[in-house]
Amino acid sequence: MQNEPDRRATPAAKPHSVSPPAVLAITINGKPYEHDGDPTMPLLWFLRDTLRLTGTKFGCGVGACGACTVLLDGKAARSCLLPMHDAAGHAVTTIEGLAGNALHPVQSAWIEEDVPQCGYCQAGQILAAVDLLQRKPRPGEEDIASITNLCRCGTYPRIRRAILRASEAMQAAKK
Amino acid sequence: MSGIDRGRRRFLAVALTASGALVVGVRLALADDDVPLELIGDDLTQIGPFVRIERDNRVVIGARGCEIGQGVMTALPMLIAEELDVDWSEVRVIQLPYGYIETDEGPSNKYGDQGAGGSTSVPDAWKELREAGATARWLLVQAAAREWNLPADQLRTESGQVIAPDGRKLTYGALARSAASIDPPAEPPPLKKPDAFRIIGKPTRVVDARDIVTGRTRFGIDAYFAGALTAVILRCPYLDGTLDTLDDSDARQVAGVRDVIRIPGPKPDEPFSGPLADGVAVLAENTWAAIRGRNALKAAWKQGPWSKESTGALAAKANELLDGGGDGVAVRRDGDMAKAAKQSRYKIEARYEMPFLAHATMEPPGALIDLKQDSALLIASLQSPGGASEMINRLTGIPRTAIDVRMTRAGGGFGRRLENDFVAEAVLVAKAAGKPIKLMWTREDDLQHDFYRPFGVHALAATLDRRKKVTSWTHRCAATPRPYRENGRKRRIFDGCLEPDDFPAGLVANLDKTFFAVPSGMPRGWWRAPLHTFHAFSVQSFIDEVAIATKQDAVKLRLAMLGEPRQIPYSGHGGPFFDTGRLANVLTRCAGRIGWGVGRSDGHGIGIACHFTFGGYVAHAFEVSIEGSDLRIHRAVVVADVGRVVNPLGVEAQMMGGTIDGVSTALRLAITVKDGEVQQKNFPDYPLMRMADAPQSVEVEIVDSTADPSGAGEMGVPSAAPALANAIYAATTVRVRKLPIMPELRRML
Repeated sequence: MQNEPDRRATPAAKPHSVSPPAVLAITINGKPYEHDGDPTMPLLWFLRDTLRLTGTKFGCGVGACGACTVLLDGKAARSCLLPMHDAAGHAVTTIEGLAGNALHPVQSAWIEEDVPQCGYCQAGQILAAVDLLQRKPRPGEEDIASITNLCRCGTYPRIRRAILRASEAMQAAKK
Repeated sequence: MSGIDRGRRRFLAVALTASGALVVGVRLALADDDVPLELIGDDLTQIGPFVRIERDNRVVIGARGCEIGQGVMTALPMLIAEELDVDWSEVRVIQLPYGYIETDEGPSNKYGDQGAGGSTSVPDAWKELREAGATARWLLVQAAAREWNLPADQLRTESGQVIAPDGRKLTYGALARSAASIDPPAEPPPLKKPDAFRIIGKPTRVVDARDIVTGRTRFGIDAYFAGALTAVILRCPYLDGTLDTLDDSDARQVAGVRDVIRIPGPKPDEPFSGPLADGVAVLAENTWAAIRGRNALKAAWKQGPWSKESTGALAAKANELLDGGGDGVAVRRDGDMAKAAKQSRYKIEARYEMPFLAHATMEPPGALIDLKQDSALLIASLQSPGGASEMINRLTGIPRTAIDVRMTRAGGGFGRRLENDFVAEAVLVAKAAGKPIKLMWTREDDLQHDFYRPFGVHALAATLDRRKKVTSWTHRCAATPRPYRENGRKRRIFDGCLEPDDFPAGLVANLDKTFFAVPSGMPRGWWRAPLHTFHAFSVQSFIDEVAIATKQDAVKLRLAMLGEPRQIPYSGHGGPFFDTGRLANVLTRCAGRIGWGVGRSDGHGIGIACHFTFGGYVAHAFEVSIEGSDLRIHRAVVVADVGRVVNPLGVEAQMMGGTIDGVSTALRLAITVKDGEVQQKNFPDYPLMRMADAPQSVEVEIVDSTADPSGAGEMGVPSAAPALANAIYAATTVRVRKLPIMPELRRML
């Protein structure tokens, strides 16, 4: 009843998808999708309203809060400001696609450190942390402070601890 | 469409397996269309309103509260699980819907109080939900007694099993069917002694954290409904302004836009009972099309009766009232102020200005509503599901028993969702459109159309005798009153701004607390620890000023005023008593933890403050330094006595988060009004604290207490701002008397 994906946006090609408007192809969590609607629609709304991948959140619409953070070709990006015509051709990972068979170490660390309060910003915080740890496997205080995602509940100290914990776990796993 | 139909069939199939309401909750909580039947199981037995047990002994506990980040989805089921005597690791928690019922005695709720406000969720549930768990356990024991033909009082329980004296065991799962057929006891069974607690008091992580970190949790904004249109509303930017002219022709041309509908706002001075502002709704196939359609509307507005309102004018009016332009309303008067003034050796005075504040919940308001001829379904992030149900009833006439209100995990509350204006808007749009409606608010809508924490100026004065004892205390407050478009409620004009019995009432013989109303068109509402954040800054900053002016130690002065540990009457929320000893204790421990009174040579300043909020006692201390024009917070300490702690990890989170909320708000946040229009539009104008500015850690110390729990969601805020301002004074000798701090500090440094 709720949260069913919109059937008009089916994975793989559609026979009648001829231009205009142009069909935009995008890979999300490893699966190919097409978008034949408004090419200026931000990726955020394609994820949420079309695919019903609601883990990516709307917070401000101006790229200020980071609740809509996704990984675009592995790098953190704010999907509320990314039009589909720019997102097309890229590979997107949302919070729903972060875990494989097991949770990502950052997700596990978030649970271990009991980070979430309301929980709304946490998908964005987690993906920002994943991006940070890819660039800085052993992040210092300034690296952690470079994350600009907002948390209204004030979970920052536990986010900080969770990032350090995840860093430890990822380093240990490499050995 | 087949997927949607399959979903609906499965939903109905599940609903038929057990008594309805809970299963509806399960459906919502899981909200992953691939899981429900398998995970829920299909052999459930309902025992009382909150507990369901499966044959394989899995236990499902319903969470009745509105989870807005304060942790009730974890803490409340812990209370039930404790008395039910099951292992927490075996418990699955689901969100319950709103449980309105009508009985012979009138309207009631099968789950009890489900709202989130005033930090009451845990204190209200403390006895009630433990008794619910104990009752379910009692029924299971009776069932085992029948099975074994043994007296029930010879049986004991442990980890989801009933155990006979000879060691025989039966699982709850095996007993559930039989237990469900037994009549509950006339009186609730006795509760465990606290030393037998196995769940209460144990650090317990957020019960649905895995769903949150994998993106499976459905907040209100994540609910979709087949056939629903998305609505975005263009609201009049002027306080009580109205639509003058509208040209929607371009908006209707935007691809995906389906309709444009007028949503009339309230008339000036009319009680609040619907939308907050005059507006025009754009209905579209998705959010982006609705936003684009709204951007294409050409609307002209009439400014309305508050067109001259500005923050500067409000401050001027408040100061004029405090300068003697009126008598004000007596909030509390004790002793003989004139006599005290004559006998005084010292007199200290100061004024403090507090800005309007927005709630800025990370998840903006919104609602999904489906109106039928004689029934309604609402899915939304709420704090007052009862208020939402009343609102729908008032606007549609649909009987409340036919209104299905389903709460989701909410992306923050802080008091914003105590109002249901967004529900009213969704109802009016859905009525006009004849379709289910998903109403979306943008951040601009949220900051510009909130129920703001009041604006005001506090004028404090104290006299001291030659022994530097405080002999009189004057607290006069001129503010935009919290009561706004009151609808039948009998609130006093000062409610939400000043509390008659707050510190130092009852501790100083001569006291004058007076309130002056500053007229304003700004909507006002409850903002986390409402009146306490509003006045504690002035009281706890002022006492620091009194101590410094009279060369006293600021901690010792507070302790001297609190005096011997005793209970003094407290008529406000959190009463009936205020325990001076408990406040003195958190203050003393906080001072010890931060290193109060130790000489420093590093230029760092230490400040402290304490406050009694809604039955909880909290003290804050900060160590800060100023580098250039930047403030650095080196340490943040909070000591809290909130009575017996149900979940230590949860209380620690609330104190940490409350402290950061208090600091974030005090440093940079203000809503201002100019020409009858709110000036802030989005986070760049309302800059919540980011990681880079937040203290790296907040040292939280929880007092071991056997008092009944007070709740913990709000107490961590009020004393944070004054402790910070006091620390800034200690570091710089600059006294910040106007919030937010940073613009003031940069002006004065």
